[in-house]
Amino acid sequence: MEVKGEIYRVAGPVVTITGIKPKMYDVVKVGYEGLMGEVIKIQGDKATVQVYEDTSGIKPGEPVENTGMSLSVELGPGLLESIYDGIQRPLKVLQEKMGDFIQRGVTADGLDREKMWDFKSVVSSGDSVKGGDVIGVVQETTNIEHKIMVPPDMSGTVSEIKNGKFTVAETICVLADGTGLQMMQRWPVRQPRPVAKKLMPNKPLITGQRILDGLFPVAKGGTAAIPGPFGSGKTVTQQQLAKWSDTDIVVYIGCGERGNEMADVLNEFPELEDPKTGRPLMERTILIANTSNMPVAAREASVYTGITIAEYYRDMGYDVSLMADSTSRWAESMREISSRLEEMPGEEGYPAYLSARLSEFYERAGYAHVLSGGNGSITVIGAVSPPGGDFSEPVTQNTLRIVKVFWALDAKLSQKRHFPSINWLTSYSLYTQGLADWFTENVAPDWIDLRDNAMDILQQESELQEIVQLVGSDALPEDQQLTLEIARMIREYFLQQNAFHPVDTYCPFDKQYKLLKSISRYGEMANAALESGVPMGDIISVESKDELAKVKFEEDFDSALNVVMTKMDDEFAKLGGK
Amino acid sequence: MTKEYKTITEVSGPLIFLEKTEPVGFGELVQINLPDGTTKRGQVLDTSAETVVVQVFEGTGGLNDESGVVFTGETIKLSVAKDMLGRILSGSGEPLDGGPRIVPDDRIDVNGASMNPYSRMPPKDFIQTGISTIDGTNTLVRGQKLPIFSGSGLPHNEIALQIARQAKVLGSDEQFAVVFAAMGITNEEAQYFMEDFEKTGALERAVVFLNLADDPAVERLITPRMALTAAEYLAYEHDMHVLVILTDITNYCEALRQMGAAREEVPGRRGYPGYMYTDLASLYERAGVIKGKKGSVTQFSILTMPGDDITHPIPDLSGYITEGQIVVSRELHRKGIYPPINVLPSLSRLMNSGIGEGQTREDHKAVSDQMYALYAEGRDMRGLVAIVGKDALSERDQKVLEFADLFEDRFVRQGRDEDRHIIDDTMRIAWEILAELPQAQLVRVDNKFIDKYHPAHKIKSE
Repeated sequence: MEVKGEIYRVAGPVVTITGIKPKMYDVVKVGYEGLMGEVIKIQGDKATVQVYEDTSGIKPGEPVENTGMSLSVELGPGLLESIYDGIQRPLKVLQEKMGDFIQRGVTADGLDREKMWDFKSVVSSGDSVKGGDVIGVVQETTNIEHKIMVPPDMSGTVSEIKNGKFTVAETICVLADGTGLQMMQRWPVRQPRPVAKKLMPNKPLITGQRILDGLFPVAKGGTAAIPGPFGSGKTVTQQQLAKWSDTDIVVYIGCGERGNEMADVLNEFPELEDPKTGRPLMERTILIANTSNMPVAAREASVYTGITIAEYYRDMGYDVSLMADSTSRWAESMREISSRLEEMPGEEGYPAYLSARLSEFYERAGYAHVLSGGNGSITVIGAVSPPGGDFSEPVTQNTLRIVKVFWALDAKLSQKRHFPSINWLTSYSLYTQGLADWFTENVAPDWIDLRDNAMDILQQESELQEIVQLVGSDALPEDQQLTLEIARMIREYFLQQNAFHPVDTYCPFDKQYKLLKSISRYGEMANAALESGVPMGDIISVESKDELAKVKFEEDFDSALNVVMTKMDDEFAKLGGK
Repeated sequence: MTKEYKTITEVSGPLIFLEKTEPVGFGELVQINLPDGTTKRGQVLDTSAETVVVQVFEGTGGLNDESGVVFTGETIKLSVAKDMLGRILSGSGEPLDGGPRIVPDDRIDVNGASMNPYSRMPPKDFIQTGISTIDGTNTLVRGQKLPIFSGSGLPHNEIALQIARQAKVLGSDEQFAVVFAAMGITNEEAQYFMEDFEKTGALERAVVFLNLADDPAVERLITPRMALTAAEYLAYEHDMHVLVILTDITNYCEALRQMGAAREEVPGRRGYPGYMYTDLASLYERAGVIKGKKGSVTQFSILTMPGDDITHPIPDLSGYITEGQIVVSRELHRKGIYPPINVLPSLSRLMNSGIGEGQTREDHKAVSDQMYALYAEGRDMRGLVAIVGKDALSERDQKVLEFADLFEDRFVRQGRDEDRHIIDDTMRIAWEILAELPQAQLVRVDNKFIDKYHPAHKIKSE
């Protein structure tokens, strides 16, 4: 039964209560308005609660009620296409209930209780089932079949199973011990959902972004971080990944970011098409929006809410990608709450458990053999917003110790309008070796060589640039001038990609390969011509080279590239040489 | 009616501590009656069954344990009415212009609720400010929050005023208002603003909140919230397009730090409180457009970067919340260029949705990107020239170098009253300076735009 206590002290989002004996992380309802909060500290007969809503006007002495449950999310059909706040309240329902501004004390179910779903069973009575087993399916959106699973902590023999239209809260299956199963299950957000076995990632996440796929790939089930100062394109990169990555499900967490940016995502996603299926992107997407002016405690929870939903879909055997924009805001919410608790601060005021929390979160990513049978994955891509663009700060450093891919955004590049402004010299991917077989098999046998060669040229460029800064480019020998020119082509023709151009925004692997191959082909022919005595000026001024710059924008890429490359062959043939 | 408590046990900086009160609500407004008959106001920061901590807005001077404290039972509210337009109010909302008190239509909590992201409309209406470096390369749109990052001694006030004077949405005559909030600026600066408002008639459609340098620092924390509450009221209840000018955010943050220190909080970077990001967000995020509502709130804040350092916590945290920034450069100012806006570190995140066909012109983005790229390269070239001399540059590089000068001289530089039209002036100048380069160097501009808008082709076709 519910036991009532009362408020002892209120200081911003931190409320001290007395008179009840809650467990750690229990959700309690605070005050006459029943504001939601979570127990984060217990001391003697008092407990400290972080409240997810504004506490203005709340007085000591108001009642407190313990729900006895820890912060949980509702999992079941209807998650897709939803837009939630940090504690899984659907924003659309909140708008209907209280208008354009978020008032407090309003509760809303994560899943629609009215909506009927067509449930088709896949087990029959007498079958014995264990945690994670699929008992039936629901067509959630056109392309996603939602598998209804036995909650991981249950098992038994099916004594009754239904078929037909039900709401998420109706019982569709009864086990021999009398337990009823519904399509909806609850799971505490701070506890990872179990898997049968974690596996080594071996397939790349294809994003259609040339610098990511080509130079610094992330594996499905891998982890990546995008740190960068403001204005360097973190959010655009995250959104590009959410739009184009080849996963089944996308969970996008806007954690402490701009309201207008979230509005943009909310408006744009329903209209965009999934390049794989041609259906609206929103049908595979779950958005969690907790903007910077929404309560800080809910911001702390939003990341856990997101990853728990991601795990649920992984358990069905899907590939899920999760974008968290930005984990720095999440870390700051921990800092803010920690300082209100008057905890001993660690580096730069962050709590000493920052590193542990970050690694626990990223560790929930992975490629795994799931309880329901197949394999599923969660790829986690976290944006980091280092203060002043300084990568030595605690959040960036603690993140880099965990993640395997590092996409370093560079303000200098974005000022030059080089987008995506990912620095090719400081970024890295630790998956390149593990994915080499996949690339050789699925892209082209010479892909790895092409890529290594391109990286080598870019590296040479940065060394040569130092000399150029001192003596000017004319003072370099001709072959080095040519290297600079090829490096420029790689940067401008290949690495630069326009996220707002209808064709260039997504670049399939085949096109990436052909583009890089063409640049490399120019390099070969130019070097050969140079050796046979053709003047440098002639080699650099071949027209087809400049035309190659615009090929990536062509709708009919293959034929446009053919025209340019044929012309290039002709031009070099004319230059002759020896 | 309400009880007066005389149980003050401690006065420390701007804070007072009370004991043995009845339950008091968090954030409640407090009135303090001093023995000499004056009253002060404050707000509850921490409340428990035993102790209540109150932050006093007007400073704790003259307070002692004989002062009486009355809890009003409500949070801080602003009386709003349409008559506010044309009025000058103090930093806590009291009339300063000798006029009567405002007869309230409504009383609204100044903290405001956060807007449901689902109700927001992505901002997209182009605002013409008449300044090329903003309209052309860092476009402002309705509902955006775009601060000016400046430094002491730079003409940010003039730029802000020029924008307040000239800003308009092309082809519309909707109701427009300015809400001006001064936080800790000097009397002289405030007069400068007021005079300009009066001279141009802008005051009639403006609400002014003044918290000057010698007003209590604590009040500074309320001033912008008052201003934004007034702005939201005018925008969403009276369908007005409101431009909010907050100056100076740096003074606001200093006040925040001062309060944090007085409360003995654990400081974050450079002594600023760890919650400064959240606190600033609660101001900046109050810009926007709501679906189905006619009005909008656009924010144009001024922020002086201490030591011109963009990585200082104040500009840094602001930059992570605002939708871009306009950076005023000392270097350009020294060269005698007005407005000395350096476009390279400047950015408008919402630019892409406010430009292009139907808003400005189809070639806008390409032209802007092209100018950015060339100007960035040209500035690098200047460093190189200082070492190797101009003659060592290739012909192409020399052209780029010349472009950087042309860009500053023709595109950036303009008169203090020069109201440039986006197509007829800004885009025209842009094409004229781009035309000084060989066409092959304009790699970021589509050939079809070159055919259509390049001066060389235009003349031929005309």
